[in-house]
Amino acid sequence: MEHLAFEMDSREEGGPARPPVLVGAVGSGNLEVLVEPGGGAGRCRVEVHTSAPGFAAVWEAVLRDFAGRHPVAGLSLAVNDGGATPAVVTLRLGQALEEYRRPGR
Amino acid sequence: MTAPPAVPRSFREASARRRLLDLLDPGSFRELLGPAARESSPHLAALDLPVSFDDGVVVGAGRLGGEPVLAAGQEGRFLGGAVGEVHGAKLTGLLQRALRERPRAVLLLLDTGGVRLQEANAGIEAVSEVMRAVLSARGAGVPVLALVGGAWGCFGGMGIVARCCDAVVMSEEARLGLSGPDVIEASRGVEELDASDRAMVWRTWGGKHRALLGEADELVEDDPAAFRRAALEWVRRPRPLSLPALEREQAFLARRLEELGGCADGPDAWRAAGVAEPDRLPLLDLPAWSAAVGGARRRRP
Repeated sequence: MEHLAFEMDSREEGGPARPPVLVGAVGSGNLEVLVEPGGGAGRCRVEVHTSAPGFAAVWEAVLRDFAGRHPVAGLSLAVNDGGATPAVVTLRLGQALEEYRRPGR
Repeated sequence: MTAPPAVPRSFREASARRRLLDLLDPGSFRELLGPAARESSPHLAALDLPVSFDDGVVVGAGRLGGEPVLAAGQEGRFLGGAVGEVHGAKLTGLLQRALRERPRAVLLLLDTGGVRLQEANAGIEAVSEVMRAVLSARGAGVPVLALVGGAWGCFGGMGIVARCCDAVVMSEEARLGLSGPDVIEASRGVEELDASDRAMVWRTWGGKHRALLGEADELVEDDPAAFRRAALEWVRRPRPLSLPALEREQAFLARRLEELGGCADGPDAWRAAGVAEPDRLPLLDLPAWSAAVGGARRRRP
């Protein structure tokens, strides 16, 4: 296992604090993403626990890209990963954020 | 904008949380010890394996038909829904909570291969604690229902847990048993059992076979609404957990073993049970299956 932590700049706030949400599942080529309030103003905190060591640079690129394109400031993301590809990671992050912000959840 | 066309929903394909939300009254589910609590498996971490923030099981409280219930859903996508120490403790804790809160029922949405082998004895103990907690809840007058409709079905020690419940509701797609096909093939060889023979697997462990034998009390479509209807029905029909009741069940099982125990395959058993054209059964939809099975269906007392 490799444990990574990142702090991302994000221009847009993730909205008012809401109950945490978990999407996805940990399995081969899959991951789960937990979204919670708490990253600090203009910042998004991300922790990654991955079974595929040696990909810190790829994680950072995927996460920075995501944080740059989505309103995640003030949010904390936590990932348990079973070796998902960057495309799957991006899709899960998007799904997690959409679910976190879904009205009436 | 017009609404998108309604797509039939599958219980089997849904996540554990989605199943619970669909089963209970809208907006009523409140998760206990959710993923933000990060109660994940210390055993998996010690083995340097990935963990899940909720250890693969969702537990909480909600309402069913307006009445308070406790409910749990196993997430089959994480390690096949296998029961580790934390996972099992969440199930046991929920059932023990029922002794205090006295809900109308406890609903267990089981989707599991059984004990999590990575956790060895801790997992086995966890499953035995769940069994004891199911019986304690029933003994205190709180019905416990097993709803089995996930892709993994319900195997190993959790198969015993399902049959310790007041009632078992299954879909045709689900499976229920002790040792599953892969375990049997691995231990006894492919000559004994070919786990890749899907048709054989389903006529041995699948919902239709289990319902015909009286292992499952009700067979429903792979539809969240169908599971909800069945749950509403079966919370009203608890089985007594008394010595006379257990003796009646023992007599039912002994009689069934005598009548069907020598059968080599599902259709042999269905014929021996009294079904006229047993080879047709796997292909029938549920209403046609019910009609074809008729009085041959065994019913747990």
